[in-house]
Amino acid sequence: MAFQFLSPKPSSQKFIVDVDMDGDIDMLLKTERKNFESQVVTPGQLITSDAQSMRGHGTYTTESGKCAASVAGVVERVNKLISVKSLHARYNGEVGDLVIGRITEVSHRRWKVDINSRQDAVLLLSAINLPGGIQRRKTEADELQMRKFFSEGDLLVAEVQGHFQDGSSSLHTRNLKYGKLRNGSFVVVPQTLVQRGKTHFHTLPYGVDLALGLNGYIWVSKHTTQSSKDQDSDAIYSNENEEIDQERREAIARVCNSINALSRHFLHINDTTIKLAYEASLHFPVKDLLKLDVMEAITSEVKAGLR
Amino acid sequence: MSRLELIGPQGLRNDGRRVKELRKINCKPSVLSQADGSAYIEQGNTKCLAAVYGPREARTKAQVLHNRANINVEISLAPFCMSERKKRSKSDKRILEIASAVKQTFETIIKTELFARSQIDIYLQILQFDGGTIQICINAATLALIDAGIPMVDYVCACSAGCIDNEPVLDLNYVEESHDTPELTVALLPKTGKITLLQMESRLHVDKFQSVMEMATTGCKKIYHILDEVVRENVKDLLEKKK
Repeated sequence: MAFQFLSPKPSSQKFIVDVDMDGDIDMLLKTERKNFESQVVTPGQLITSDAQSMRGHGTYTTESGKCAASVAGVVERVNKLISVKSLHARYNGEVGDLVIGRITEVSHRRWKVDINSRQDAVLLLSAINLPGGIQRRKTEADELQMRKFFSEGDLLVAEVQGHFQDGSSSLHTRNLKYGKLRNGSFVVVPQTLVQRGKTHFHTLPYGVDLALGLNGYIWVSKHTTQSSKDQDSDAIYSNENEEIDQERREAIARVCNSINALSRHFLHINDTTIKLAYEASLHFPVKDLLKLDVMEAITSEVKAGLR
Repeated sequence: MSRLELIGPQGLRNDGRRVKELRKINCKPSVLSQADGSAYIEQGNTKCLAAVYGPREARTKAQVLHNRANINVEISLAPFCMSERKKRSKSDKRILEIASAVKQTFETIIKTELFARSQIDIYLQILQFDGGTIQICINAATLALIDAGIPMVDYVCACSAGCIDNEPVLDLNYVEESHDTPELTVALLPKTGKITLLQMESRLHVDKFQSVMEMATTGCKKIYHILDEVVRENVKDLLEKKK
């Protein structure tokens, strides 16, 4: 008797069996799965009627108990958690994030810092490095001369330390990497373009330092060596800019304009793209980088370089 | 009587539209780089620019609400927006009334409870005026809020309808508005059909109300489809760029 092996028939069940790393089986209907693949949703659009799903950011529960989008963007799914990510949104601080901010208010033992979030962040006097050694206790005299450390309009780089009940963040600068910003130029980009990375401090080969704040604020400055920073702790709150020569100024301006070109064309901003944009921009004088056609030329070269 | 004939013998209105026709809508989100969200919209010859800032720290302590965000709406008419060049103050009673109507509309739609103690500013600038101020303000603000990524329950679309010579007419322009036409403005949530704003300042026979209302509602739904298309295009476009 001859044997014949038949090829397996395609399963007729309407679930897509998709086992993930934890062994959880995805039991969405095919029709709903399609909905996720189309991905782009607008406010009010139903995402799923599955009562088991968890609603994340950018979603809400309708009166009939279904899950709908509240922002326009892309649906993201992690197991049962459904969230919609908007392409333009204010920064939502997370503990450990590096941010760049601007002091808006000096009040009792704290500063208010604009970090492009839905509320100004708080920087406590006890969360900064006081001049004269890290171990020094804060005194009454420090409270009285808070404006000597940071006054209104000063820029600083800090780390998110935690959150308050009302959703605002608290910052700290208890690290020599953090603190007041000098010798450079400030750039604002959409917050979604800056992604979390291993490090947000970069030294570019053109003698330029770069601090990429996750809140979409970027600081481009003259390169300083770490050892010169350590030398005098009194100088960390100085308002005086160092001497910057013409060549260095141009490099800083070129980096700033390259970042602006990238953000205008909605490309991710990290050290790789900035380097590519900088190199592409070398064919043009700095001031021409603000022209739309030049921006276009630079960004298309960056896109080609990324591939 | 030198009364202008608003609907001609062929059933065409003075701007060449039919009775059930909307004016041409042309809109574009993300037109301003400084604002968190912005939009430009044209409905026929009425043109409006909207800018949304926030949610951000409230500018004054008095504006802080402890359980939800405060919404602030400001409308301004450009000096050149009408045939007569004239500077219009922001505190004009008429404009303030429209601003408060827009504010009330969005207070229920935006999920303000997510942004306690913050403020959302909506600035609306009418660049050219040809009737339908409220409807264009609401439509522009909706687009700008979506562009700013502010969570909302649904779109809000507004449309007006009137009644000329016992016939319901969609989307009145300035000439029609200024000829004592009863005008009904409706703003609704297109998905659920819930009405958030209903405004009429003149008398309309109750028998006509139903048909005028229906006309405005279908107008809102049409506007929704146009806006939704534009928002989707914009999101897809940005995603494409980001890749």
